[in-house]
Amino acid sequence: MSPAPTLYRGREGMWMWLVHRTTGVAIFFFLLIHVLDTSLVRVSPEAYNEVIGAYKTPIYGLIEAGLVAAIVLHAFNGLRIIAVDRWTWALRHQRMLVWVVWGIFVVMMAAFLPRHLGHVFGGA
Amino acid sequence: MTATAEKTDSTSEVGAVPTFTVTLRILRHDPEGLDGREAGAEYWEEFTVEAFATDRVLDALHTIKWEQDGSLAFRRSCAHGVCGSDAMRINAKNRLACKTLLKDLNPSRPITVEPIKGLPVEKDLIVDMEPFFASYREIMPFLMTTGPTPERERLQSPEERARFDDTTKCIMCAACTTACPVFWTDGQYFGPQAIVGAHRFIFDSRDEGEWDRLEVLNDKAGVWKCRTAFNCTEACPRGIEVTKAISEVKKALTSGEV
Repeated sequence: MSPAPTLYRGREGMWMWLVHRTTGVAIFFFLLIHVLDTSLVRVSPEAYNEVIGAYKTPIYGLIEAGLVAAIVLHAFNGLRIIAVDRWTWALRHQRMLVWVVWGIFVVMMAAFLPRHLGHVFGGA
Repeated sequence: MTATAEKTDSTSEVGAVPTFTVTLRILRHDPEGLDGREAGAEYWEEFTVEAFATDRVLDALHTIKWEQDGSLAFRRSCAHGVCGSDAMRINAKNRLACKTLLKDLNPSRPITVEPIKGLPVEKDLIVDMEPFFASYREIMPFLMTTGPTPERERLQSPEERARFDDTTKCIMCAACTTACPVFWTDGQYFGPQAIVGAHRFIFDSRDEGEWDRLEVLNDKAGVWKCRTAFNCTEACPRGIEVTKAISEVKKALTSGEV
């Protein structure tokens, strides 16, 4: 028997490392699929249209919302990491910068989601 | 606990240090398989002890070992935060058992104590520190100079000394290295402590081996594995800004200037 050890109680930095890695892997797989579906146009334009048409369904609409969320988080946390690597001030205030990243994320998603979801579910 | 406090304790309640009951939940590892366990079995065991408000986690471990279960194994030497022997994971965070007061840990709930993560467990809270020390040796933690040895001491200005002051505080307890998410999954990574040890010499004006060390740290398993999770900085019982030291080594490598 081998009982589960506790989850290490790291702080903001550790969780943002996890967020960065998770969103990074998710974006990578999206790009992989995206390159494949775009390259379909060389094979058969009809097949391409059919695959691209699938993106208009509500399920893909929600996945797209997730994709934008992942990219916004990854982008702004990436800027935080660059700042932390470059300036001692940012290094010492990295925990506060984590909340700045989440703040920007909330603002951007608040601007994006109503419009996007309106398109997806409003049938515009 | 001072001698005076103990004296008043036995005679009257005036000035007595308040006591409380605390439960420790310890992750044990039995390499031999005693009491019908399999060899190498891991299990949680709870112990309840009476503690003073001035007691540290180490005092509770002593009470358990001396009065309840002599088979409990853990390392400690100076017991005052200098030797760096008793780093362990207390309430899911790396700390020194001798520097953590029980009353600061919410004693109304069981306090979990586990061995530090990422190094092979030998027994209970004792891990094999050899991979950790091997990384430290790799960065050549000794003064390297060229030319004849001067007849008097090698002088250094206070400003030159200040550059590496922070990293001289390291006691090699491994709290930083075993708090690092990269180290947990990649045993090849030197880990924060080895980089702190290298920083101490790289930025020492008396040392001339900085580029030998920087070359070692420029390796795949070196500083570039750092993902700035800051677990090391938060775990360091000496308050060393570990991530900052790593960052300074990265900057030396990118700028080519020490």
